[in-house]
Amino acid sequence: MEVLKIATAGSVDDGKSTLIGRILYDTKSLTTDKLEAIEKTSKRRGYDYLDFSLATDGLVAEREQGITIDVAHIYFSQGHRSYIIADTPGHIEYTRNMVTGASTSQASIILIDARKGVIEQTYRHFFINNLLRVKDIVVAINKMDLVDYSEEIFNKIKSDFQQILDKTDYQEQNVSFIPVSALHGDNVVHASKNMPWYNGTTVLGHLETLDTSKIYSGNTPRFPIQTVVRPKTEGYHDFRGYSGKVCGGDLSVGDEIMVLPSQTESKVKEIFVHDQQFDTAVQSSSVTLTLANDINVSRGDMIVKKDELPSILKEVNATVCWMDSTQLRSRNKYILQHGVNKVLSIVTDIKHKIHPDFSGIDSDVRQLEMNDIAEVSFKLNRPIYADPFTENRENGAFILIDQNTNNTVGVGFIR
Amino acid sequence: MNTTASINPLENEAIYILREVVAQFERPVLLFSGGKDSITLVRLAQKAFYPGKIPFPLLHIDTGHNFPETIEFRDRLVKELGLELIVRKVQQSIDEGKVIEETGKYASRNMLQTSTLLDAIEEFKFDACIGGARRDEEKARAKERIFSVRDDFGQWDEKNQRPELFDMLNGEINLGQNVRVFPISNWTELDVWSYIEQENIEIPSIYFAHKRKVFHRDGLIWSFDDDIVYREEDEVCEELTVRFRTVGDMSCTAAVLSDAGDIVSVVQEIREATISERGARIDDKRSEAAMEKRKQQGYF
Repeated sequence: MEVLKIATAGSVDDGKSTLIGRILYDTKSLTTDKLEAIEKTSKRRGYDYLDFSLATDGLVAEREQGITIDVAHIYFSQGHRSYIIADTPGHIEYTRNMVTGASTSQASIILIDARKGVIEQTYRHFFINNLLRVKDIVVAINKMDLVDYSEEIFNKIKSDFQQILDKTDYQEQNVSFIPVSALHGDNVVHASKNMPWYNGTTVLGHLETLDTSKIYSGNTPRFPIQTVVRPKTEGYHDFRGYSGKVCGGDLSVGDEIMVLPSQTESKVKEIFVHDQQFDTAVQSSSVTLTLANDINVSRGDMIVKKDELPSILKEVNATVCWMDSTQLRSRNKYILQHGVNKVLSIVTDIKHKIHPDFSGIDSDVRQLEMNDIAEVSFKLNRPIYADPFTENRENGAFILIDQNTNNTVGVGFIR
Repeated sequence: MNTTASINPLENEAIYILREVVAQFERPVLLFSGGKDSITLVRLAQKAFYPGKIPFPLLHIDTGHNFPETIEFRDRLVKELGLELIVRKVQQSIDEGKVIEETGKYASRNMLQTSTLLDAIEEFKFDACIGGARRDEEKARAKERIFSVRDDFGQWDEKNQRPELFDMLNGEINLGQNVRVFPISNWTELDVWSYIEQENIEIPSIYFAHKRKVFHRDGLIWSFDDDIVYREEDEVCEELTVRFRTVGDMSCTAAVLSDAGDIVSVVQEIREATISERGARIDDKRSEAAMEKRKQQGYF
């Protein structure tokens, strides 16, 4: 079974929820009872169409105001693939939810209202997807029915958007443009009869072509230790296993490894999932390893291949997206959680704010407010074993936790 | 020996989450209802900590309105795996005057469980309660985090949730707070059933087609048991071949007509289903926001 995670982005009323509802409807993923509930509510509100956004807006406040407040996760399957869509809010103040949705996604759909074209929000949505290195972007130009399915308008929006692409440094990103009408179902799951000039795939058709196993494949495995297994039961008296999830590449029995921070060398002796033994643990698999020598390993340590060491950092430079109503200021202290490893950090410098619309930087900066993106430096009380985010998406990010509130207040992407 | 370790992304994610719970919390507990989702969690926990034992107890909030098959199954599972089981009864909360039994046609103890659950969390000082809720079940659950913080009153503040980035789980809480953890958040009903089939997991017999005394109300099939489920005189009892697609209280779970007698035919039936799983939950039919309201109060 394959799983493809997708995030959506778009401004208020661009029709994100309607697009998702349309995908669910056209793939027959909406069950009769859910469909009846949508029909009933649509009718009660006096609409002459089915309001598919009712399928995803789950909170009372969302249905009352007709807006999406919080990330909702929507599930459907086609063939042997399962899709998880993170439906993220388009309001400017909810940018943190968009970053959240994009962080777990392999692909993103950015919606543009064909009547409005590329607006400031579009830049922001693309910027975040670019910052988070989301590999595959579908730009769905929606509401084509309201512009007479005009090829000219589609091409204009496409060329406006392509001008942003020239400003990015992420060449591997794959961006496609699809003209759709989510309300009427044009080019969402079924090809449009109203736009004979468009020969490309539908939104779902495009998502089906993505190879989930290859999207973030790497060849530099990192194995952060979550727990140490020492059962001390009969039959397993001397068993000492290290549990965790492999990221960034595959690990195999016999690999020569080094444990950080002790820098002790050893070899992978066995790889277990439950009571089964395997030769190789592929990227993203949760396994338990044993090593050839008895060495001291604990939670937060990292096993890496001996000639592929990550950076051992006591000072970190990162692009930070701030997500809290408190402010980030120089000298503030936070818990910095990198993977499963927690250290204490202090902000040593806020270098500059980055305008999330590709329009440059702002060097005169004292503090960060919610939704700000900036280059920030930290000093740590203990080292972390990290890679640049652009090289290893899983081992290059961290979150910041406020020690007073315990809230997750920011996310950082290591330079 | 197989060459490559598990590539089921949902299983990998769930095992990772369970290990984070044990590493980040002092007193985790698994909320066990005897239903297929919590049984699946037990299997995932076995895998996550093998060859060690499951390092947390199970907590069953017993409404007293259970299907006997579920209780029998629960006790057998606990014994076979050598697990610790804690049972706390809604009846006791009623006897102590903490909650008042509902009366009338739609009386159920479903809402009352919340009080018993919160008391048990306080009694044992649990700081992480692992549950089998899935985001695909219900629209309010679709908004749920993997680590979902509950305040001192056990309440869910749905508009002010912590962002969850990548797979980093923030388990920092204050004394008195607890976290609800949902390792199979991203599984669908079909994923759970396929996993049960693939892993050959035993489940209570009421999930398979059997003959049962039932009556019809509001288009749903209710279990006939005059001690537990209120029935009006004109609601006549008949015997039908049914099974349960979701198992909760007898007074809040409806049966479905089915001939699916084994796991293969159940999976097939779910694959072709045109009604959602919770379409057979009487508790969700109370209002459009029934689940959101219960969750705010501290429900599972």
